[in-house]
Amino acid sequence: MSNIPDELRYTEEHEYVRSESDGVVTIGITDYAQGELGDIVYVDLPDVGTEVAKMDVFGTIEAVKAVSELFSPLTGEVVDINTALDGNPSLINQHPYEDGWMIKLRVQNLATIEELMSATDYAQHIGE
Amino acid sequence: MSGKRTPFYNLHVSLNAKMADFVGFQMPIQYPTGITKEHEIVRTGVGVFDVSHMGEFEITGPDRNAFANRVTCNDVGALRDGQAQYSALLAENGTFIDDCLVYRFDDKIMMVVNAANIEKDWKLLVLKKAGINVRLRNISDDVALLAVQGPKSEELVQSLTKMNLSRIKYYHFETGKVGGVDCFISRTGYTGEDGFELYFRPADAEVMGNTLIGHGRGEPVGLGARDSLRLEAGYPLYGNDIDDTVNPYEAGLGWIVKLDKGAPFTGRTALEAVKRGDVKRKLVGFKVPEKGSIPRHGYDVYLKGTKVDTVRSGGFGPSVGGAIGTTYLPTHSVDPGTEIEIDCRGTKVKAEVVKMPFYKGGSVKKS
Repeated sequence: MSNIPDELRYTEEHEYVRSESDGVVTIGITDYAQGELGDIVYVDLPDVGTEVAKMDVFGTIEAVKAVSELFSPLTGEVVDINTALDGNPSLINQHPYEDGWMIKLRVQNLATIEELMSATDYAQHIGE
Repeated sequence: MSGKRTPFYNLHVSLNAKMADFVGFQMPIQYPTGITKEHEIVRTGVGVFDVSHMGEFEITGPDRNAFANRVTCNDVGALRDGQAQYSALLAENGTFIDDCLVYRFDDKIMMVVNAANIEKDWKLLVLKKAGINVRLRNISDDVALLAVQGPKSEELVQSLTKMNLSRIKYYHFETGKVGGVDCFISRTGYTGEDGFELYFRPADAEVMGNTLIGHGRGEPVGLGARDSLRLEAGYPLYGNDIDDTVNPYEAGLGWIVKLDKGAPFTGRTALEAVKRGDVKRKLVGFKVPEKGSIPRHGYDVYLKGTKVDTVRSGGFGPSVGGAIGTTYLPTHSVDPGTEIEIDCRGTKVKAEVVKMPFYKGGSVKKS
């Protein structure tokens, strides 16, 4: 069983969204996703200031086994990226919801967060 | 999940392996340890791989050595009983049908072939048998095979057998008991490390698996790490580095072609012509100096702006700490330092030809 925190929102592509204060959300990949990907070697993230639309590819993860793309769960502007991943991408494997976060997004329309999956829905989505 | 199961299937499941289909077999890709750690364990300690999906053919009868010499390109006549060699089955045009190991016993030959090619290889052997006094048996389903690999392999296996393993030299084998199980054991492998391959009856798989794998013994290692280990060690993989469009001289495997062995073998005429002429391309290793992208099998490779080949094998090499791969380049451009570009999903990434093997610190004892 993978870790699926109740307070987060999720996408079908296995990203999570954590609402912070002032309209900013933190985005990363779920514990289930990191487990499926296996050891992560490189992460390519967008520059701060990049505008992304919902479902845009915002980055790439290279794991030992395979490469996969990161899809933005929401529309907004990238206001911060996790530079620690540059030197230590295994943080995603170790702590996907904490030190392994990827980007912070200033969301255009906060109401759209509610359209994302709940923890219960996501658990169902991955068959747990 | 469909697909054949090896005799170790239940063990893999009990070890929480991530199982996936590999050429029609359900095989462990990795265990919860993870590919990078499993790779590291084989480089520094001892790991155990289930490779029971590999195919085995047994050749018996008075003409067995002559027959094996006709269907493979290396010289079976150079083997003594108890010795093995790396070899290949070739097509008439000199390209690879498969690569294989040939074991010479006092009363039989055993060939070990790639799982993906068992049917194709078997058909070829049956076809070539006409008029020759041998008996062929496809014993692929009757053989369990574990590879014990890593600098601590001998220590582990020696603790389980009365055979004197230090006497088994590289590419030699002996018959005996390990953990009470009848087997034969060769000092061979596919990792660049010292190690053994153990062949035994599937009925003994549970005992052998539990004897070799576990805390304080060998760590289970999946096919993911097997691939990164063999790539770093510069070993070719059929379907990637070699296939039926490539001949041994192009693949850097001219050393397994014995044109003068005194036996006509399939592909010989074509290879004599290749050797007289020019080898137009060669398999090279490359590394990607910049971090960020990993070249994968099938990505396009460019030399001076022109597409010349694809990535044959590609991946991250944990022990070399970077992305590495292989490709075929025109013979005039194979020197170390040659710059190429790889199209990594739309981005051209620079790479540089390097001498193989990528990883040179392995414990394998070749003499």
